[in-house]
Amino acid sequence: MTDHSETAVLGKDSAPVIAEEELVEGSSLWKDAWARLRKNKVAVGSLVVFVLICLFCVLGPFLSPYDSNAQDLFSGAEGPSADHWFGTDTLGRDLMVRVMVGGRISLMVGLVATVVALAIGVIYGATAGYIGGKVDASMMRFVDLLYALPFTIFVILLMVAFGRSMWLMFVAIGCVEWLSMARIVRSGVLSLKKQEFVEAAVSLGYSHSRIILRHLIPNVLGPVIVIATLTVPAVMLLEAFLSFLGLGVQPPNASWGVLINEGQANMEIYPWLLLFPAAFFAVTLFCLNFIGDGLRDALDPKSAKD
Amino acid sequence: MPLLDVDDLTTYFHTRDGVVRAVDGVSFNLERGETLGIVGESGSGKSVTCYSLMRLIPEPPGRIERGTAMFDGRDLLQMSPKELRKVRGDKISMIFQDPMTSLNPYLRISTQLIEALQMHRDIDSKAALNKAIEALEEVGIPGASKRVFSYPHEFSGGMRQRVMIAMALITEPDLLIADEPTTALDVTVQAQIMEIIKQRQNDLGTAVILVTHDLGVVAGSCDKVLVMYGGREMESGSADQIFYRPRHPYTRALQKTIPSLQEKGQELFTIPGLPPDVSKPIHGCAFHPRCPYPKIGSPEGERPQLEDIEPGHCWAACGFCDSSAPIETVLAKADDHVAEPVDGDA
Amino acid sequence: MLKFIALRLLQGMLVLLGIYAVTFVLVAATPGSPFSSERAIAPEILAQIEAFYGYDKPLGERFITSLGNVLQGEFGPSAVYANRTVTQIIAESFPVSIKLGSISLLLALVLGVPAGILAAVKRNTWLDYLPMSVSMAGICLPTFVMGPLLALVFGLILKMLPVAGWYGPEYVVLPATTLGLYYAAYFARLTRGGMLEMLNQDWVRTARAKGVPEHTIIWKHCLKGGLIPAITFLGPALAGIISGSFVVETIFQIPGLGQWFVRAALNRDDFLVLGLTVLFAAMIVIMNLLVDIVQVALNPRLKYD
Repeated sequence: MTDHSETAVLGKDSAPVIAEEELVEGSSLWKDAWARLRKNKVAVGSLVVFVLICLFCVLGPFLSPYDSNAQDLFSGAEGPSADHWFGTDTLGRDLMVRVMVGGRISLMVGLVATVVALAIGVIYGATAGYIGGKVDASMMRFVDLLYALPFTIFVILLMVAFGRSMWLMFVAIGCVEWLSMARIVRSGVLSLKKQEFVEAAVSLGYSHSRIILRHLIPNVLGPVIVIATLTVPAVMLLEAFLSFLGLGVQPPNASWGVLINEGQANMEIYPWLLLFPAAFFAVTLFCLNFIGDGLRDALDPKSAKD
Repeated sequence: MPLLDVDDLTTYFHTRDGVVRAVDGVSFNLERGETLGIVGESGSGKSVTCYSLMRLIPEPPGRIERGTAMFDGRDLLQMSPKELRKVRGDKISMIFQDPMTSLNPYLRISTQLIEALQMHRDIDSKAALNKAIEALEEVGIPGASKRVFSYPHEFSGGMRQRVMIAMALITEPDLLIADEPTTALDVTVQAQIMEIIKQRQNDLGTAVILVTHDLGVVAGSCDKVLVMYGGREMESGSADQIFYRPRHPYTRALQKTIPSLQEKGQELFTIPGLPPDVSKPIHGCAFHPRCPYPKIGSPEGERPQLEDIEPGHCWAACGFCDSSAPIETVLAKADDHVAEPVDGDA
Repeated sequence: MLKFIALRLLQGMLVLLGIYAVTFVLVAATPGSPFSSERAIAPEILAQIEAFYGYDKPLGERFITSLGNVLQGEFGPSAVYANRTVTQIIAESFPVSIKLGSISLLLALVLGVPAGILAAVKRNTWLDYLPMSVSMAGICLPTFVMGPLLALVFGLILKMLPVAGWYGPEYVVLPATTLGLYYAAYFARLTRGGMLEMLNQDWVRTARAKGVPEHTIIWKHCLKGGLIPAITFLGPALAGIISGSFVVETIFQIPGLGQWFVRAALNRDDFLVLGLTVLFAAMIVIMNLLVDIVQVALNPRLKYD
């Protein structure tokens, strides 16, 4: 504080120094995002509920005395009781175990198909954005075209044509849900490409791979995480839709969609058969959507509410 | 009675991370036809001052905590929304920093130009349109009778700012608030825009508050100057007083940053450090951490009080440094030392 | 403008052609034959039937023939429901689906768009939180959950409305609500987002500085731009309502196209699948064309070209 020439010298350089730090130390961004996310009570609550549901479905069947396919025709379609907390279905199978096992499949679809969608979308979008120009324009025009197509119809036909295999369904759903991902990644890459720090990196002679690894990916990661989180419920929805129509997961395997279908067939007499799987399904979608929204607010403070 | 008399204007933003004291007790006044320049770095609170006068700050999180702003005998800060709407666009108009985003891209220029007329004057749309064309011609837009039906995206940045000026002045207001009207424009266009504002001001006798961080702009166009820093008034006075007899270290430092006032070949001067973080309480003098003058005493203490130096010229009398010498002497002395980088809270 | 429409129509035709081709290949790739499903038929008779429908020809030739027929408006016979042509089935069921679909879409818009505007204008008040929580709930209750639940509550427990069939106006309520609510939720969220984006623009501040009252700012300055996301979603919403109708028509036993489609796909009723797919796709393509036109009309920065 005694010699002001020092601070003057330092002051002249201070602005670029700060910019460099922000660029290299992306971690503070993630720390900030985490802090913001933790403050979002709805998102944190949703995360807790979602984790509980996952644990319930994954670990539950090991702890339950019942087998998901063990039929007991003498205790068919009984309401919730001390023995069977969620009741039993028309074939006397314990509904709680079936909800757990169905949940495993539904959640797995969510995970696998999202990964498929993520892979296609990121590669496609990043390519379009990075190349730019006419290639980008025509690639995105193609995505626009696909957006406007009745994809569920194709998925239905695909399932009919190639047998109702679960893995085929994962891929088919993934192939449908990559479009938003591609758009987000592409616009992210495109806007970053224009930004000065990327231009600066180019002018400093950094290689393409270094630019992509150090600058583009860390900066596009946020929106991609958000959109991936929001793709999970969309994918689960499509699976349940197909299973509901009898085109997805096939009995005796169960997914929440299958269970909801079985439930609605008998809801007049045995409403619990509909209510339990429907509740689990809806709550899971609810949580995932809120987590996605929370992540968006946390990772993109500009769009966040004040 | 001055046209506008602002006293102790204080605007805070109550955010999750704390209270941002954007404007902290600012006072000034303005006669009819006069031009007041409000000068300061980014974040000094000069724009918020203007928005507060127009009551355009988003509430919440913003809040005008105290103060009065007597305009033509009535307090702007106490007006009901309805009274306020009658003043806005009629008696007081405003033009903004970025002409690219300040015009509605979904509406024709004509619609936006005549909106204020329709709102505040009893005028049929044909007459309003004629007035709009006239207004465009007055700010130098060629082919105004045709271009009035264009959309904003068909205009360049400089042209849009002309449209903004035409729009603001179409009701011939008593006061025009120009919030950094040239900052977002090309250097060549900046002078033209300032010229148009000045010319229209002369034609209409409008008083102008010109917000800028460019002291050079102020020098050419203002009668009075208010220097702000950290949401506070540092010094105010007539343009001559501020330019020829600056008293506050910050004003002096700011003046050193005008390139055209420096000797050729000299390294350009920048004020070291960053503007204060107004989300934390400021003790003592806001400029203290960056002040190049030799400090005396502890930086903690009472906020400096405004003190008159001569009629119409006052400064936030800072007792934390010895600011009697001209700044050149201080800086020259500092340069003699061998610079050794220190971690600066400076 | 005309050139724009003509160009988009042409593009739509190409899209339809592509859809037709893909559907044709998918249907042809499905194992088995449309005619072998019902009961055991002697191989030579089966061969005769297949020859009658042209199934003995190579795939490429069959594609050309069927495409030619479709272009003449002839979708062929239903392979499963003897004595009925695809055109007849469509003529019977299309009005049902159109009625259900348009009421649902209308319901979605009438509920969703105003709710979204209100939520944006009254941001961070209960007028924002309430509709937005309801719409979040709506998005998490897809048609196949909402349908049975509504049927259970209003049909079976409260006995207010019929849950199956298609006879009078009261039969429309539950299925249209099931389909419409889901998309109302989407429209509400999209409209809110669009309006908020507009309300946060600098030019809204300019309008306020001119003394423009809030309601004029909303209607005159923000609505055009704020509605664009919702309008863009009309295409996907129609596609979703079509596929939603597969479920809703099954749940509520409505004799519309959706039910036909699922049955046709499961029974390998090739001509019916092709006919319905083209019809659905054509509706979506037309809707997207309309959306494009409206978008350009709303946004002066876009041009018809």
